[in-house]
Amino acid sequence: MDLVHVCMPPPDAERPWRLESYEGRGGYRVWRKVLAGELDAGQILETVKASGLRGRGGAGFPTGLKWSFMPGDCEQPTYLVCNSDESEPGTCHDRDILRYNPHVLIEGMALAAYAMGATVSYNYIRGEFLGEPVPRFLDALDEARAAGLIGRGLGAAGIDFELHPFVGAGAYICGEETGLLESLEGKPGKPRFKPPFPAQSGLYGRPTTVNNTQTLACVPAIVEKGAEWFKSLGPPNSAGTMIYSVSGHVERPGNYEAPLGVSFNELLEHAGGVWKGRKLKAVIPGGSSVPVLPAAIIRECTMDYDSLSEAGSALGTGAMIVMDDRTCMVSVLRRIARFYYAESCGQCTPCREGTGWLYRMLTRMLEGRAKVSDLDLLLSVANNIEGHTICALGDAAAWPVQSFLKHFRGEFEEKIRSSRPLARRKEAAYA
Amino acid sequence: MPAVSGNSLLPDAARAAIRESTARFPSGRQRSAVLDALRLAQDGNGGWLSVELMDAVAEELALPPIQVYEVATFYSMFEVRAVGRHCVSVCTNISCWLRGGRELLKHLENRLGISAGESTVDGRIFLKEEEECLAACTGAPMMMVGHCYHENVTPDEADRIVERLS
Amino acid sequence: MPDEGVRLTVNGRELEAAAGEMLIAVTDRAGIYVPRFCYHPKLSVAANCRMCLVDVAGAPKPMPACALPVTEGLEVETRSDRAIAAQRATMEFLLINHPLDCPVCDQGGECELQDLAMGFGRDISRFTEGKRAVPDPDLGPLVSTDMTRCIHCTRCIRFGEEVAGVQELGATGRSEHMEITTHVERSLKHELSGNVIDVCPVGALNNKPYRFTARAWEMSAHATVASHDCVGSALYAHVLRGRVRRIVPRENEAVNETWISDRDRFSCEGLYVEERLHKPLVRRDGRLMEVGWEEALAAAAAGLMRVAEEHGGEGLGTLVSPSATAEEGYLLRKLMSALGSANIEYRLRQRDFRSAATAADAPWLGTRFCEVESLDSLLLVGCDLRSEAPILAHRVRKAAMAGARVSYLDLAEREYLHPIGTRSVQPPRDWARALGPLAGRALKGRRRALWLGGLAVRHPAYGELLEAAAEAAAGAVLGHVTQGGNAAGLHLAGVIPGPADGNGAAGLNADRMSRVTLAGMVLMGVEPDLDCAAGAHEAIGGAGFLLALNPWVSPWLLSHADVLLPTATSLESSGTLVNGQMDWQSFAAAAPPPGMARPAWKVLRALADRLSLEGFGYADTDQVLAELRQRIERPAAASASTSHGASIDSRSLDDEEFATLELPMYSVDGLVRRSAPLQQAAAVQRAA
Repeated sequence: MDLVHVCMPPPDAERPWRLESYEGRGGYRVWRKVLAGELDAGQILETVKASGLRGRGGAGFPTGLKWSFMPGDCEQPTYLVCNSDESEPGTCHDRDILRYNPHVLIEGMALAAYAMGATVSYNYIRGEFLGEPVPRFLDALDEARAAGLIGRGLGAAGIDFELHPFVGAGAYICGEETGLLESLEGKPGKPRFKPPFPAQSGLYGRPTTVNNTQTLACVPAIVEKGAEWFKSLGPPNSAGTMIYSVSGHVERPGNYEAPLGVSFNELLEHAGGVWKGRKLKAVIPGGSSVPVLPAAIIRECTMDYDSLSEAGSALGTGAMIVMDDRTCMVSVLRRIARFYYAESCGQCTPCREGTGWLYRMLTRMLEGRAKVSDLDLLLSVANNIEGHTICALGDAAAWPVQSFLKHFRGEFEEKIRSSRPLARRKEAAYA
Repeated sequence: MPAVSGNSLLPDAARAAIRESTARFPSGRQRSAVLDALRLAQDGNGGWLSVELMDAVAEELALPPIQVYEVATFYSMFEVRAVGRHCVSVCTNISCWLRGGRELLKHLENRLGISAGESTVDGRIFLKEEEECLAACTGAPMMMVGHCYHENVTPDEADRIVERLS
Repeated sequence: MPDEGVRLTVNGRELEAAAGEMLIAVTDRAGIYVPRFCYHPKLSVAANCRMCLVDVAGAPKPMPACALPVTEGLEVETRSDRAIAAQRATMEFLLINHPLDCPVCDQGGECELQDLAMGFGRDISRFTEGKRAVPDPDLGPLVSTDMTRCIHCTRCIRFGEEVAGVQELGATGRSEHMEITTHVERSLKHELSGNVIDVCPVGALNNKPYRFTARAWEMSAHATVASHDCVGSALYAHVLRGRVRRIVPRENEAVNETWISDRDRFSCEGLYVEERLHKPLVRRDGRLMEVGWEEALAAAAAGLMRVAEEHGGEGLGTLVSPSATAEEGYLLRKLMSALGSANIEYRLRQRDFRSAATAADAPWLGTRFCEVESLDSLLLVGCDLRSEAPILAHRVRKAAMAGARVSYLDLAEREYLHPIGTRSVQPPRDWARALGPLAGRALKGRRRALWLGGLAVRHPAYGELLEAAAEAAAGAVLGHVTQGGNAAGLHLAGVIPGPADGNGAAGLNADRMSRVTLAGMVLMGVEPDLDCAAGAHEAIGGAGFLLALNPWVSPWLLSHADVLLPTATSLESSGTLVNGQMDWQSFAAAAPPPGMARPAWKVLRALADRLSLEGFGYADTDQVLAELRQRIERPAAASASTSHGASIDSRSLDDEEFATLELPMYSVDGLVRRSAPLQQAAAVQRAA
């Protein structure tokens, strides 16, 4: 498997977060062309559209199409907002972009804002990144501002591009784009009902586009090297590269940027294989919200949108969580359920009430206070949440339950039977 | 709306920082600065927000106090009750769970003699409720002390990290 | 139907609607019921309860009808398997943490959750986990809390933000720990905050004084009209075993929409207090004795006759509550005229009557309430609108939020919960001179209005102010935010000094009656030490004979009245009130008055009989009203009710003349003053 660096700096780059290093690798060439008046907004938009770039935040929506929803000749302000509120369990590549390649993000945001006619942009960074990623990003902003790359009346073309940082305060739901906008307005991050979509009414009621960090980090390379180059990196419908966050039971967990369509087996091998010489049991291929796949299925997959979708899961954020054969699927699912229970914003009924119910039932299963028939109830509650909520968090809470039961129901039944104290006592009595 | 306040509890530095933060938003949108303002207020108050401090933030930003309470209680990085000086969070979400995050938390609970969500009696350490994913999954298990990440943490290392906190 | 009409199909029925209307509004209009909790036609769309999920052709998942803008060709099933399954799923989630304590919940029987659970709930819960319990914040004397019952629909929060204009309640925390609360215990202070009781679909926020008093299905609802301000909000009085147990709003889009003020909702708590007068009282040898009606009426008639014989009609004066019904006012006016007295007045706190303008027409707002919302600019002069007429203040707020320029001239800063154009805080003696320049700045646009309020009316040089206002208005509508619930009605009924036929000598106005001691005084619904201009009660109390018709006793009445006749409040009598937009609003008695108390119109009819006066044989208030309205249609010559002469120059007045312009919201009349919850709320507001 070949690593390809579109969003991440090459591993040998020294202090790759500095402007000097970034420009040394060809950074800001495209933005400077724009500032010189040599590249217009329409060209950028068309190139990104043609490149087949899809959102890397989880949903995989075509980026160029999303940009084209912004009203063309609209009064200012309109906004571009970058979503660096990375918090999908298993996912940690945006943190590395902020730490090691902040300028590629700034250039990507500049190009995106310019392409959509937005003059003000915000980067919403999760609050827990205050220690290292935020200072790195702020330093990069200072460097770029000093170099005349951010500000008002830039270059010969006199372009306005403002970029402000915004630091969150701990809430998974702010990764949902309308929850993020609410948070940016200084409110609890409760997602908005759509329609209207942000491109019609977003930040402060103005047309707004929200893109993920990695998505925007792809843009400079796309504009520079062209749509065809980017498309050629991956299989059909899955253009470009992905930073795969490989975590869990592997020998070498890490962020590996590779073309989309790389085979699962290759990627696993690159991460050193299953740890301690154990066997693979299951993989959650795109962050905790996507359905789990057992070893036999994931072994046949390539890591791209279509292959994983056909297998009954999704590429999501490209966060591959690997589980070995000693993993208790009941306790893993319970831990995932706890996450959605804790992170539900609480505004809409099925998610507010249902996520806690799922978590409590799973807890009972582990503590020996459940019946096998509770599995049907568990599934029914998950099904009743799915598709009934304002945002996708409800779905994200339901899918793991559905998929764990689909592939590992036997293990759940066994766990319930074996951990019932009463059952154990009875068995002992009759033995 | 101008944010002018008289007898605010906020230190001048925090108020200056809030004003600077407010400048990033369009006029009349000073509510956007409430997360920054609460963080500054909390950092200057040993890691938690009293009602008086939240009211001071509300006054500084000309917001109804309830809007500030809503934010302070929604986001997990704000504490609205007194806690220990150093906030220690151990991630127990899935990637860390698979590599011993839960055991690491249990170890610290035993070591400090408190449960997650509690503070040590000397007010030194606040062990945060089971923490959700902090986006350092490839460095699991991990813990956060203040704003600093520690990755691939063993129980021994955790002990050393905690001991260094004054 | 607006131009941009669309056709859609709901459950196979073709419907028409305006493009962009929300589906639930369209189905409501068509009589197709979609279950809902968070939706409220007067509030913004939240789409959070997920009860109104319906099946939309082509949509991958069920959609909330409250947040679905209708489009051409939309096909919706509200009762398909998919829709019903979604609605049932939501109902189950709503109920799992709900305490199901309906037997001890005041909302039982009128609970939206209970009603819908009948249609969409299961008979047995599948939920076997522990239920959530939520602490109850103390929101003050008016609203009780049982937050474990809360279903988080956020109607109460949206009411605060969008209608009241101040967010007092919020949603703290997240996930299933989200709580509707003030977070730090704080009483609700807004004058409309009681409406959260009605918007709350469950028993989480309830009427605190009414708590545990009655069951919804035991009570009968009687339509009535609020009497404390010039809005005349439409109400239902809920009555059980002859007593008004609570007041709720009655929808009347033209008057109060669906809201009522806390004053209108909670004043009924003053009905059955210890001070309520149950039997007539007559003074014998210096002491008031309880007597029967015959004896009391005889004593009243004898007292009046004696004064009339010894001093002539001029020796009699009459003061009427500005909230008395038109019929009561008319009858008393007729009775006093028959005794030869022209001294009658409802403008109890007005002190300066020196302006011809006051006599010509009944004072009113000069505009319909709904038109207030489309004003371009408004100048309030001496008007504490939120306190004087809270529902009108809400209309003004809507105008202001839509861009109207609202300004005020007052003696203190007023907290309005909307943008203010010009705030002019001036000593009252300078108002008349400040008005002209201020109006130039404040009144802009096509639809302009200048309103004079209670502080203006109580101004010692009101005439001067009124003339300045008329000049400053310069084409803007000059309106009066009148005091009491029936200023216009009493004005038209002739409860102003001067003989009924408009000819003859002018009578004494309230100011004159507060300065000269007359031989006999009649008070109807008036407690002179609290309802009149400062100091007026001293002259009134000196009357040789004092007859009071009142629902309550008070220390002042007990020490000064010679005959006290127990009368009904407007909740206990039929009658008519004319509000600030000149609506004649008639109502029947909601409950009988307690004890031997009787509606004042009946008391006056009987008194006229004892006085052997002709023309008082009315069978009911409708007959009185018919006669009154007939008189208005054939108006007498302009009443000589005004003292002429040069205006008072406010510059020459002593400071103390300006000392009593303010009138607290919960001090306006006897019923309000006797409502313990309102007095507690007033104390909370004073403390804040």
